[in-house]
Amino acid sequence: MKIYGVALLAFCFLTGKFIGNLLGAAIGISGDVGGVGFGMLLLILGNMYLKRKGLLEPPTEKGILFWSSMYIPVVVAMSATQNVKAAISEGPIAIIVGVIVTITGFFLVPLISKIGRKKQND
Amino acid sequence: MEIIEKLVDKNGLIFAFLVVGLIMWASYWVSKNILRKKIPGVAIAIIVGLMLAFFGDKKGIADISLFSGMALLGGSMLRDFTVVSTAMGADLNKIKQAGLAGTVGLFVGVIFSFFLGVILASILGYTDVVSLTTIGAGACTYIVGPVTGSALGASSDIIAISIATGVVKVIVTTIGTPIIAKKIGLDNPHSAVVFGGLMGTTSGVAAGLAATDPKLVPYGALTATFSTGLGCLLCPSIFYFLLNAVFG
Repeated sequence: MKIYGVALLAFCFLTGKFIGNLLGAAIGISGDVGGVGFGMLLLILGNMYLKRKGLLEPPTEKGILFWSSMYIPVVVAMSATQNVKAAISEGPIAIIVGVIVTITGFFLVPLISKIGRKKQND
Repeated sequence: MEIIEKLVDKNGLIFAFLVVGLIMWASYWVSKNILRKKIPGVAIAIIVGLMLAFFGDKKGIADISLFSGMALLGGSMLRDFTVVSTAMGADLNKIKQAGLAGTVGLFVGVIFSFFLGVILASILGYTDVVSLTTIGAGACTYIVGPVTGSALGASSDIIAISIATGVVKVIVTTIGTPIIAKKIGLDNPHSAVVFGGLMGTTSGVAAGLAATDPKLVPYGALTATFSTGLGCLLCPSIFYFLLNAVFG
């Protein structure tokens, strides 16, 4: 049943967020440190485990895949609910800092991507 | 008319599905038939979203009561839920291989965003350490900015600037990523992991990669999600003390 997949996803999501909140509390931040990342790792591991055991039936998988296909529409709705006006009306400083930091960041990608890359080329 | 308003008001999320569906359909149509797929439909849909956000204030278009459901559909709950679900398509071996580079990218991203933000803010005339730290934190993500600012007792206009800086970062990452992706070799899981850590903004990374190649989304999102936490940890503590020693 599809709901099994949705429930598995919900379990990974909540457990990940829980770990993120525990980690946050441990280092003194009221909030979530990497909860989404832990959730993703749990789902990857759970997916691998269930597949190996032959327990992941196609309908279950579809319950998860439906949500991953809803990801782009959610991003579009997210863009439409950003405080775009403030980003521009706060004057040049926000725009100057935001633009320069982001564009410089882009150019660091190829530099750092070199790390751990050698194996692939051999 | 009144009946329709009441209906939409009570079923905000469902109406948001309809609105986003129409935006996506129109964007893909324009991409295919007018732009001959030179700009991907996803990118157009996201830009349309950002333009619609102009009609409102803090919560973008969701400030207009008719579109309040958009805040739920585009809010952090569903965003994180769908981002986690993309992990179904991720390959653990590729993540392991990129692990070291991703971790380096994560630290470099936070350190470099913060200090570049501080340097730019000081060039633009800010001198007090609290404001500099808050603006630098805003250059990490729009959550690190206000968290740091309120921890240090920054004034509300400085906090507003730090949020705005983070939002500008989201927008530039969203629009810029598909344009620059080829030039910076962002076409494989390895560089996507690095990219996520470097840019830090989960929203921007997710949207930018979706517009570039949806297959890369899980890899970028995985590292980006740790960035805000790392920023909230470093900015109001170590980085603030460092700046205090230099400027204070």
